[in-house]
Amino acid sequence: MIQLVPEKCIGCKLCVKACLFGGIAVDGKTPRLTDSCTGCGACVDVCRVAAIVASGEKTGPVCDLAAYSGVWVIAELHEGELHSVTLELLGKARELADARGADVTAVLLGSGIAALDAELFSHGADRVFRADSPVLAQYRTAPYERVVAGLIAEHKPEIILIGATTLGRDLAPRLANRFRTGLTADCTGLEIGPDGGLLQTRPAFGGNIMATIATPNHRPQMATVRPGVMQAKSCAGKKGVAIPFAVSEEPGDGFVRILKTLAREKSAVSLEKAEVIVSGGRGMGDPKNFKLLAELAEMLSGEVGASRAAVDLGWLPHEHQVGQTGKTVKPRIYIACGISGAVQHLAGMQASDIIIAINRDPAAPIFQAATFGLVGDALKIVPELINQLNR
Amino acid sequence: MSALNIIVTIKQVPDTAEVRIDPKTNSLMREGVPSIINPEDLHALEAALVLRDAQGGTVTVLSMGPPQARDALEEALCMGADRAILLSDRAFAGADTLITAFTLSRAIMKIGKYDLILAGRQAIDGDTAQVGPQIAGFLDLPQVTYAEGLEIEQDGSLIVQRGLEHETEWVQVKLPTLVTVTGRINHPRYPSLYNVGPACQDSGITVWTAKDLQLPQAMLGLGASPTTVRKIFAPDRTMKGEMIPGDEREMAAALIGKLKEMHVI
Repeated sequence: MIQLVPEKCIGCKLCVKACLFGGIAVDGKTPRLTDSCTGCGACVDVCRVAAIVASGEKTGPVCDLAAYSGVWVIAELHEGELHSVTLELLGKARELADARGADVTAVLLGSGIAALDAELFSHGADRVFRADSPVLAQYRTAPYERVVAGLIAEHKPEIILIGATTLGRDLAPRLANRFRTGLTADCTGLEIGPDGGLLQTRPAFGGNIMATIATPNHRPQMATVRPGVMQAKSCAGKKGVAIPFAVSEEPGDGFVRILKTLAREKSAVSLEKAEVIVSGGRGMGDPKNFKLLAELAEMLSGEVGASRAAVDLGWLPHEHQVGQTGKTVKPRIYIACGISGAVQHLAGMQASDIIIAINRDPAAPIFQAATFGLVGDALKIVPELINQLNR
Repeated sequence: MSALNIIVTIKQVPDTAEVRIDPKTNSLMREGVPSIINPEDLHALEAALVLRDAQGGTVTVLSMGPPQARDALEEALCMGADRAILLSDRAFAGADTLITAFTLSRAIMKIGKYDLILAGRQAIDGDTAQVGPQIAGFLDLPQVTYAEGLEIEQDGSLIVQRGLEHETEWVQVKLPTLVTVTGRINHPRYPSLYNVGPACQDSGITVWTAKDLQLPQAMLGLGASPTTVRKIFAPDRTMKGEMIPGDEREMAAALIGKLKEMHVI
């Protein structure tokens, strides 16, 4: 909670500038909090005269925090195999569990999935709860929520990680709701803080700022993470305990009935796995210029990506889109051609090892993220690169 | 087919595409950034208006926000919504998604009769996509997310087309239900004086406070929220790389040289 000590205010308004939400206003030397204050404390940090004070935790724990332990990953399947995000989350779960001296549990729901236990163990799980039933063959909110919530209520995990996929973003809020607990979406950073709680870092305001969030008084602490953000860990040969249990259909399960599904055309594009991505934006000028990028990508054994602008213009299909509403990628090399570097695009590729930016505008924000910046016309530079690499 | 009472939850948000970081102070520059109706909520409202225009019924827009959120509700009324309700109270401030959903769900219960709740998938400032499903949770309603298409059947059930990562899925659900929509579902109409119904005046917006919802402070706002913001910081944008000089040929040669030095090609 933020409290003001108005007598000390000198009217410098540093607090107003520091506040991202418009939560504080200063009239002359009279400060006042507005309806938009979120209690983040940014103003407290900048006030030099202690006219703003953070008055500590608002309430205490709402449950017995010590009764909760273990880090869980709610596993997800893709075409009968474990989704890459599940393996990535297990890697992070292993790290968090080790910091807490706890176990990693994978919760696996589906049909015909017994053979997947081994892969869960070899990626860090100590235990697998496996619900294998035709009731769970295709994801539906009601039975998945029911089954997972039952496990959470019985076994009380301290931390639950879920992939920020369409499935995860459909399921996680319902689970958080059931337990009236905190859920943080699209985390890019997760670590155990000094008080043993989970610190959840994520972008907000369209990626313009980063926020670190905690769930101090409620359990379990829940977070979703997008594919391609965390790293899978290999624990080859690791063994674990698998606990299967049966699930039968209950009346509520059928409220939402799946009529049919149509697979999207098999994508030849696998940006998340690419080591090299050559990406084009509005600055490429014309869709036919993407042939140049495809040529360069092929020479480097990479894939072609696109900014949202290029996709919105219809130059490439959505599956090539990199960015906040597209894919999150972290290749070895990311070459951005004619891409200005809007925050939403950076959000999707800034974790790349080497970022090469080619743009005619020296003030393009992409240059701030680049390892190497080339100011010039991509339509001239890319053919040069192709030429010289050919020698 | 019978008339539909539809509730649309909308949020007024800063236009985050226009928000910039001040490179000198590394802080968000909010001045002059316009407030807009969250884009996906506009799509939800449009979907509601289309259904109402076909079936008859009412569209009520509901928003939780500071007093300035009236502007968003006025815009919604001028798109053709029949009724607008603003939940505004200092007590609501600072709520995280769980408590925001709780507060909205209590207002929906106060509204009483509804067949369908529509919401945008996510807001462009929070980007969580949590409030819609959490409202459904509090109201114990089935939910359908990622809707790209909506159709009412003869028997009154809803067919929803969902856009998932690798497939399109069609589901059927009985009403009442909650659906979150993405931008692919439609092209929202422009607000226009021609859409003005009798409600499209300032007095057409009902304001409810915590007292109107009969909710105690302990269940509201920042204090009741399970998540808390510990720190806010600007992503590190200082350039750590180097600019490569020269003409096209020289730049290409230098770049290839450096990449070879780094053993990446």
